[in-house]
Amino acid sequence: MVTVKELDRKEHWLPGHSACSGCPASLGLRMLGKALRGNFILVVPACCTTVIQGIYPCTPSQVPLLNIAFAATAATASGLKAALELRGVNVPVVAWAGDGGTVDIGLQSLSGAAERNEDILYICYDNEAYQNTGIQRSGATPYGAWTTTTPLGKRERRKDAPWIVAAHKVPYVATASVAYPLDFVEKVQKAAAKKGFKYIHLHAPCPTGWRFPPSKTIEVGRLAVETGMWILYEIEDGVFKLTGRSKALLDPSKRKPVEEYLKLQGRFSHLLRPEGREALESLKLQIEESWSEVGKLVRGQP
Amino acid sequence: MQKTVISGNEAVALGVKLAKVQVVAAYPITPQTIIVEKIAEYVESGELKARFINVESEHSAMAACIGAAAGGARVFTATSSQGLLYMSEMVFWAGGARLPVVMAVVNRAIAPPWSIWCDHNDALSQRDSGWVQLWVENVQEALDTVIQAYRIAEDERVMLPVMICLDGFLVSHSYEPIEVPSQQLVDSFLPEKTPAPYWIDVTNPRSYGTIASPETYMEFRYELQEAMEGAKRVVKEVDEDWGRLTGRSYGGLIDLYLCDDAEVVAVLIGSWAGDAKEAADIMRSRGVKAGVLRLRSTRPFPAEDLVEALKDVDAVAVVDRSLSPGLPSILLSEVKAALYEHGAKPYVKGFIAGLGGRDVTPQDFVNVFERTLKGFKKGETGKVEWVGLRGVGSGHR
Ligand SMILES: Cc1ncc(C[n+]2csc(CCOP(=O)(O)OP(=O)(O)O)c2C)c(N)n1
Ligand code: SF4
Ligand SMILES: [Mg+2]
Repeated sequence: MVTVKELDRKEHWLPGHSACSGCPASLGLRMLGKALRGNFILVVPACCTTVIQGIYPCTPSQVPLLNIAFAATAATASGLKAALELRGVNVPVVAWAGDGGTVDIGLQSLSGAAERNEDILYICYDNEAYQNTGIQRSGATPYGAWTTTTPLGKRERRKDAPWIVAAHKVPYVATASVAYPLDFVEKVQKAAAKKGFKYIHLHAPCPTGWRFPPSKTIEVGRLAVETGMWILYEIEDGVFKLTGRSKALLDPSKRKPVEEYLKLQGRFSHLLRPEGREALESLKLQIEESWSEVGKLVRGQP
Repeated sequence: MQKTVISGNEAVALGVKLAKVQVVAAYPITPQTIIVEKIAEYVESGELKARFINVESEHSAMAACIGAAAGGARVFTATSSQGLLYMSEMVFWAGGARLPVVMAVVNRAIAPPWSIWCDHNDALSQRDSGWVQLWVENVQEALDTVIQAYRIAEDERVMLPVMICLDGFLVSHSYEPIEVPSQQLVDSFLPEKTPAPYWIDVTNPRSYGTIASPETYMEFRYELQEAMEGAKRVVKEVDEDWGRLTGRSYGGLIDLYLCDDAEVVAVLIGSWAGDAKEAADIMRSRGVKAGVLRLRSTRPFPAEDLVEALKDVDAVAVVDRSLSPGLPSILLSEVKAALYEHGAKPYVKGFIAGLGGRDVTPQDFVNVFERTLKGFKKGETGKVEWVGLRGVGSGHR
């Protein structure tokens, strides 16, 4: 277990960047930098992180950063890694993309790279919508959530990207949350030490898009896990394992009521009003369903 | 030098091998497929020490090439038609990022209706992408141009991607006897890839492709334009150097056939220059001084060389194998713009022919020459005519 004391003291993502206050993406980038001690290369498609970097000629990144088109992340990272290998440079290539750039427009190139088992680490920071373009729904937006393109709440369930990647039989898939930075750091380090395609899906509560105060990013992230809305796990060489806070939550009685998570966020406010009762019940059922699948996996393994 | 009989596609693959390309990422499409199959064979057999990335689409093919070029590797891809259009976002990215990617485009018409046959609309649709676009006439030129392309792309005065356009089937699948330069000769012409002037380096971290404000964006674009302007000289130099080594050069930016004393000249791109040259011979045997100006480069557009070659010509026929619906025709507009800018005013008439692989013969070019001269003598407008168009509405069914 990584401790705070062991963390790299150096900052690899400098302050003064242009994220909103309370931004989970910049938090994630900061921890990523520490996890790999600044020895890696970033590939970033169109997303909030494009904007967070600020404007030429300034950059907060202390590691080389290659910006690329929205759908091209995994393929670009593949090519870059191939070139580095030829040059004998052994540095991790980290693709850092939003949920839209991962589960929607970038899914094809992600799948291609996973299938080829490219030696890259792909991190999706999931703020559950197209935040950069002003909070439109993505395939990762959860059921019931308001966005500007789901004004009455999303009617569909979210795509389960980590499992889609896991179906490619890659060496490492994990979920994480910016609210549990040490768990995230540990997973990044574990992933970077492996050869082949690694995928981490990082839950990233976004105050701007989810409608909560910027001071509550960590609180919202923790509640997502504690209520069972977001599950922390890893799939290492095909073996599923609950990790961190989620380990203790297989028993539903240990989980906090989901309302505690929902009530902090403007995007779910309609679910807590009488007219949202039915949708709220659906959401609860979905949570149970996800956990019962997890239960089967946990019990089914030695 | 060794002689052999190979197809255009095989010649491109051979050029890639001789250029010691390091990363290839490609996706199959007719009529380009043989290029990547052949390269995959070279890589598997160890004849070419490269990584072949079997991507899942053309968009990813170019993305992977961009990543690899940014990482300092010599890279290659090839595509056609739908594949090029699908790739387009990344084609523009490579141009804007000033990466020395080289790509063969085996020209094929665009659907619908589906067609696998040759025309030039695919490559011309990318003419504003910041790529140097070179067009070849035959198999030998395809091989030679691949090798030249890396010298041009990697020249620090240029640093632009280069597209080599070869006509689908007409060149890609034609078998011709060619001379194959030795590895030693190619090595002396094309130095090993160095990452200069920039590559991604953890010891010297930089960010690439960040947001540019309105205060800086224009300057990036201006530099792109300047690089294209500079490429004119480099394309010529490289072709001349190649000529010194091999005895083969192609005129740099334009290939002139009997233009010196010509009264009428056909301007075009691609392999049908061969048919046009045959037609020029026929015209000359009848006492009409005809010539052919084949644009080898459309980007940069060789305005100065073109005007110099056409300034004393009476009549010019521009024959397009492409269409920009709503514009009379693409090359016609560009040729006219160049002439106008430089104050040369020959009579110019446009033709559209050969779309979707419609056969065009030397006799068709004889007609083009005659029609153009007639228009000139009668003082007609240069209105575009479609060559060999069958009855529209019912006749073509
Ligand atoms: C091909 C293409 N389509 C659309 C866009 C516009 N666009 C830029 S970022 C973005 C949303 C990104 O969403 P996500 O990946 O979730 O990242 P976030 O902004 O939420 O961090 C969109 C739609 C684009 N840049 N390129
Ligand atoms: S919208 Fe959300 S993810 Fe994007 S910069 Fe603001 S806080 Fe960060
Ligand atoms: Mg998002």
